[in-house]
Amino acid sequence: MKKVIKVLALVLALSMVVAFAACGGNTEETTAANGETTTTAGELKEVKVGFIFLHDENSTYDKNFIDAAKAACDELGIAYAQKTQIPESNDCYDAAVELIEVDGCNVIFADSFGHESFLIDAAKKYTDVEFCHATGTQAHTAGLKNFHNAFASIYEGRFLAGVAAGMKLNEMIADGKITADKAKMGYVGAFTFAEVISGYTSFYLGAKSVCPTVTMDVKFTGSWYDEQLEKEAAQALINGGCVLISQHADSMGAPTACETAGVPNVSYNGSTIAACPNTFIVSSRINWTPYFKYMIECVQKGEEIAVDWTGTIDTGSVVLTDVNTAVAAEGTVAKLEEVKGKLLDGSIKVFDTSTFTVEGEAVTSYLADVDTDEAFTGDTEAIADGAFNESKFRAAPYFDLRIDGITLLDEKY
Amino acid sequence: MADTKKVKAHREPLVHIVKRDDMPSWKAWLIRIGTIVVSIFLMGCLSMMLTERSLIDTFEIMYRGVFGRIETGSTVMLWKYLQEIAILLCLALALTPAFKMKFWNCGAEGQALMGGLAAMVCMIELGKTLSYPVLLVVVIVASVVTGAVWGLIPAVFKALFNTNETLFTLMMNYIATQIIAYYVYIVGGGSNVIQPVAEGNLPVIGNNRYLVNIITVALITVLMYVYLKYSKHGYEISVVGESQNTARYIGINVKKVIIRTMVISGAVCGIAGMLLVAGTDHSINTDTVGGQGFTAIMVSWLGQFNPFIMVLMTGVICFLRMGAAKVADTCMLNASFADIVVGIVILCVVGCEFFIRYSVKFRHGKKEVKA
Repeated sequence: MKKVIKVLALVLALSMVVAFAACGGNTEETTAANGETTTTAGELKEVKVGFIFLHDENSTYDKNFIDAAKAACDELGIAYAQKTQIPESNDCYDAAVELIEVDGCNVIFADSFGHESFLIDAAKKYTDVEFCHATGTQAHTAGLKNFHNAFASIYEGRFLAGVAAGMKLNEMIADGKITADKAKMGYVGAFTFAEVISGYTSFYLGAKSVCPTVTMDVKFTGSWYDEQLEKEAAQALINGGCVLISQHADSMGAPTACETAGVPNVSYNGSTIAACPNTFIVSSRINWTPYFKYMIECVQKGEEIAVDWTGTIDTGSVVLTDVNTAVAAEGTVAKLEEVKGKLLDGSIKVFDTSTFTVEGEAVTSYLADVDTDEAFTGDTEAIADGAFNESKFRAAPYFDLRIDGITLLDEKY
Repeated sequence: MADTKKVKAHREPLVHIVKRDDMPSWKAWLIRIGTIVVSIFLMGCLSMMLTERSLIDTFEIMYRGVFGRIETGSTVMLWKYLQEIAILLCLALALTPAFKMKFWNCGAEGQALMGGLAAMVCMIELGKTLSYPVLLVVVIVASVVTGAVWGLIPAVFKALFNTNETLFTLMMNYIATQIIAYYVYIVGGGSNVIQPVAEGNLPVIGNNRYLVNIITVALITVLMYVYLKYSKHGYEISVVGESQNTARYIGINVKKVIIRTMVISGAVCGIAGMLLVAGTDHSINTDTVGGQGFTAIMVSWLGQFNPFIMVLMTGVICFLRMGAAKVADTCMLNASFADIVVGIVILCVVGCEFFIRYSVKFRHGKKEVKA
């Protein structure tokens, strides 16, 4: 027993010594950091942003937000705090409360769809704090002055990525690797949810705009993040004859399956070139930095943040990564610049109703579910001027038509 | 460490382990508390290495993560802490009667999820038709019964066919998770989210969203203590746990006790699920219980099946979990840091239990290593 006490005492004493040693070395640094954060105010209102993330940087989806948060806050020189691994439950409310009460944040941002209702709860309680939410749908109907939604016209980015995919298919046809009727792409999606449907349809239409014979198979995993399932789904698509894969799910599952099988991959949320140098073509992603900067500057200047903000190619919110010229077809970079220009000047519309059919017929009228309700009923006419107007009536996507040429292999999710 | 080296020097590596009964309880407690303190310092050192912040800084961040700015009169974080304790404690309490009976119920997660699901279904399906008091009763009864049924199934198989309850209850967790995933899909559609339901929520006392949960669990704690310590049932449970043959010899119906105890265990888990769904989230998904059903197994063990010691244990674990999460967020560490910290502490405590119950003896040396 005496020995135990001796050992205990020793460990305690040691840890104390280490603690104080580290303490001495660090005090200066902390005060310096604190000083920096408080000097930015000037005549502008002081802002501290609290970010709430569903997962951590291991998820490509959250990493995209985490990187943008750091970039925006560092650029504007403002302080921020973050909470990662916050599930879509009351924990989101608690996280917001903690960021406000403990960290002193006056702008709160959450990144996942299911966070929305809990964030609205917090917005009702803290009326002097601004709440911003990505991918949500309720701000334009919630009637709260301090609750805002944001999204980006990522379908334009997907369309561009689709053009790169179509060019790769054309190259395979020209090289005699496949015949034109075998130009089938595969797509790994999370759920049969408007955001995903809008994404894979625009990707498909992009490919079709350069490779008219293209078809596409879609498989759903029923999860936003499941590396194993995504890998298996990509493998199943490859086994089913798909010669190019893209995905809308957040893990590295599909890209790594493609790299193993040697099948070209168009990625999402960021470049996967490091892990997949032989198959990665290009990736589209939403760059959240412009929105974060907009949101912060609005609060600094005391201006109102838009209820429903849609980022575009123009705002720098919809971006493509560098094209991997080792894999992409020749001339892809130039073609992408050309199509991007046309999207910007409006001469190409992604959901141009003359480019797709539903059950063999052109679409002339469609009521989209813009105002969220329990039964998911349509309420707003979305077809106008020969195109489906995505992200016009609210930022979050609502295109959910099942167009011809795309086969959904399973619809269980 | 020093002793192991000595043994090596003597080239007599053989050690044997002897059960000991001679350790007075004050000594045992001293060791336990000492272990917790040391492991917390270990954790502090670990975060110091990772973050280049001082130990005192680290503990201050932890304190903020749990108690917030309590000195300014802001009690929101304290209530959140109590809520975390309440839910984990409720699950641990639920497991305790089964564990005391040496029935290894690893299914708290599933039983709580099913209880929560029952509450959710009632809130959605009956929310618009029943009046509030009736609905509330239906919600509570439904969750208790569903949780109990989820506990009853493995108990019946154990009692009648002597199946392995550990595997059985574990598998029941996966079934429950999948049922919930399916239900979320039916209700939430492709978004995979059930929007919070306003009907059939537990009443809010004094504008505090956690008070009902905390009071409920406090009541359950006292009731469970009385049930285990002073009731005939509680006595039967401990006899069955010590020796089923003895139990049979003195005329206890072992099958009946197993089934009855698991119904209680499942029912209390069902209450935990109900508190989460009807009390705080008003929605459900597969992460609603968030793995706490498994942490509860440790709590029940570390609390030596005594409800009041379990309160302390949940207090420590929730403090570490919330505090370490704050450290991870503030210092931009990975969120798994919190799991690592709780893991370290649990490992140390389990390790010290071993040395409290057994002593290590070496073949020749007369020395005993007690640490």
